[in-house]
Amino acid sequence: MDVLKKIPVREQDPQKRAHNFEEVCYGYNKEEAMQEASRCINCQNAKCITGCPVAINIPGFINEVKNGDFKKAYDIISESSSLPAVCGRVCPQESQCEGKCIRGIKGEPISIGKLERFVADNAMENGFKPKKAAESNGKKVAVIGSGPAGLTCAGDLARLGYDVTIFEALHEPGGVLVYGIPEFRLPKTRVVAKEIENVKSLGVKIETNVVVGKAVKIDELLEDEGFSAVFIGSGAGLPKFMGIPGEQSNGVFSANEYLTRSNLMKAFDEESTTPIMRGKKVAVVGGGNVAMDAARTALRLGAEVHIVYRRSEEELPARVEEVHHAKEEGIIFDLLTNPVEILSDENGWVRAIRCIKMELGEPDESGRRRPVEVKGSEFDIEVDTVIMSLGTSPNPLISSTTVGLEVNGRKCIVASEDNGATSKEGVYAGGDAVTGAATVILAMGAGKNAAKGIHEYLSK
Amino acid sequence: MYEILKKKELVPGIILMVVRAPRVAKNALPGQFVIVRTDEWAERIPLTICDYDSKEGTITIVFAAIGEGTYIMSKLNEGDCFHDFTGPLGRPSDLTLENVEDLKSKKILFVAGGVGTAPVYPQVKWLNEHGVKADVIIGFKNKDLVILEDELKEVSGNLYVTTDDGSYGRSGMVTKVIADLYEEGRKYDVCVAIGPMIMMKFVCKQTKELNLPTVVSLNPIMVDGTGMCGACRVTVGGEVKFACVDGPEFDGHLVDFDQAMQRQTLYRTVEGKKYLEAKEGKTHHGGCGNCQ
Repeated sequence: MDVLKKIPVREQDPQKRAHNFEEVCYGYNKEEAMQEASRCINCQNAKCITGCPVAINIPGFINEVKNGDFKKAYDIISESSSLPAVCGRVCPQESQCEGKCIRGIKGEPISIGKLERFVADNAMENGFKPKKAAESNGKKVAVIGSGPAGLTCAGDLARLGYDVTIFEALHEPGGVLVYGIPEFRLPKTRVVAKEIENVKSLGVKIETNVVVGKAVKIDELLEDEGFSAVFIGSGAGLPKFMGIPGEQSNGVFSANEYLTRSNLMKAFDEESTTPIMRGKKVAVVGGGNVAMDAARTALRLGAEVHIVYRRSEEELPARVEEVHHAKEEGIIFDLLTNPVEILSDENGWVRAIRCIKMELGEPDESGRRRPVEVKGSEFDIEVDTVIMSLGTSPNPLISSTTVGLEVNGRKCIVASEDNGATSKEGVYAGGDAVTGAATVILAMGAGKNAAKGIHEYLSK
Repeated sequence: MYEILKKKELVPGIILMVVRAPRVAKNALPGQFVIVRTDEWAERIPLTICDYDSKEGTITIVFAAIGEGTYIMSKLNEGDCFHDFTGPLGRPSDLTLENVEDLKSKKILFVAGGVGTAPVYPQVKWLNEHGVKADVIIGFKNKDLVILEDELKEVSGNLYVTTDDGSYGRSGMVTKVIADLYEEGRKYDVCVAIGPMIMMKFVCKQTKELNLPTVVSLNPIMVDGTGMCGACRVTVGGEVKFACVDGPEFDGHLVDFDQAMQRQTLYRTVEGKKYLEAKEGKTHHGGCGNCQ
């Protein structure tokens, strides 16, 4: 074994997985996990912990894996995280814990994400549960949204003895973990539902089909329903479009719609009554993780798929691992290419996407080199489906119905990074509703900080 | 679970249900809609609220069994439950937000077509409860399809029923009734038109010429209904709007109806096949061509 290298993780063959929705990565088995754990040098001053938004005691749990005590390893992780099986799969570890790993200075960092996943999956197989609070303190807290921010906040508060109810607008809890991230990256029944069960086992109640801001307002929760504090983790919102001609043609979808149909509504399965367009040739516009998810979903539904992105590969905002997987599966990358128009046939259905070639100019305010159009370089890609994956802007349902809740210029809720406090007393917020579209783990970090903030507020 | 307390087939294929959904009923207002699901594998079906009772905690819906989802729904009976029932979604009708005294000085005309009569009912009822009598035109294909006539008679000023074939009430389309009323010397300050997209398009064309401001209620394809997916986008006055959070009511003179109608056909073939499958079994694969 080469201590400078990660123990490789087994994956489903790319040719095969391009045609199914089974999970791509198989994860470590016991032996592989213990071997990988033995690479950890258990730093006194563990940088990895500072790289983790929920500050898991990483060397602590890895040491238990090394010793083969997987139950203890799980207990250590669940002190800090309510969703380890999710995080082990979807966190951008390369820029967080693993990015800070001392082993990574010379050689490859410890595969912290895969170890976390192993511990969480092992706990599920063996029925290990997170530890409940010793006793209830009788105070009620409402959590809006059952995505990563809400589940984390609820889990932490329940462990502190609060009586927590989560209100979910959709028919199934999980938020982006259910409607956004596809089955092949994050299995719904085997992983997400089980982690949510664990949060419920702490005493958290989840009420689905409640659209806060419409069915019930924040003020009613505080004044009429006996909640002492509210956490808003309602997530990102309305999908953005480019504003180019032809965008309303039949066959143009937002990535949110396409993914919601496939993931939440299970349209990829014949049993589902929700339809999804099974295109022959699909263009996905954008280069983030959501774009990769949409592209790989379309591929599995039988299409030839092109990613159309205006900058170069280096600037792709998606995780390197996702880009790598997408390429392995046969997604075609049309880089330095920007759509200018969507062309449709006489019945209004998409027939092609007209693009222009781009080149990189001077760096812009984001520090990335600005893409500039190459004059006269327009060309058409014949497609029957276009999926726009350009990010989202905040949903106004809560901010527009809550008096005294401050929003910023981008219509995001203003909340303290340290404790989630908003401009309204007793109301806390975190996750995409505050930051705009970001990652699962950042939302979890915000949920965690808000739980601390709410606890301090209600302990006064 | 959301229990069906009452079910009534108003006319063949058009069903009224009263459903227990206290959270939805508490803050519901005319113009808003709900999303329902019959079982774990069912799609989310948006339906405009036809009536609500905040005290009893009930919502009334009226729907036509025209697709797979609504066909399955039509098979549910009193005592059965919806798997999911969420709302109230969308913005309430603008009328409910206006000063009641202002409303009393206005002459309001409602124009409904077919099942569109159902979402018109709560608005007329709300106005009546606030002391405002509105005139209402309801149009149907023929006399066998007339719904909610008695209920509307109770709450409206003048009620005009018309059928395309003249088998009941006046004869001709709703646009003909509007023309007749204006010819008879009537005039209105505001019109609310709800019905099939094609009806709303022609009503708006007419009321634009009559200089009569007109509100329409759109029912485009939706998935989540909370502003997340963008499936329900419509172009209004050159701007892209989401019917679920910006609507469902819009200024009818600004709506791009042709585009909206085109977008409604997106899943027509798939849905049609699934509907036949639900009704007649899994024999419709699109392979043999016998049905062409």
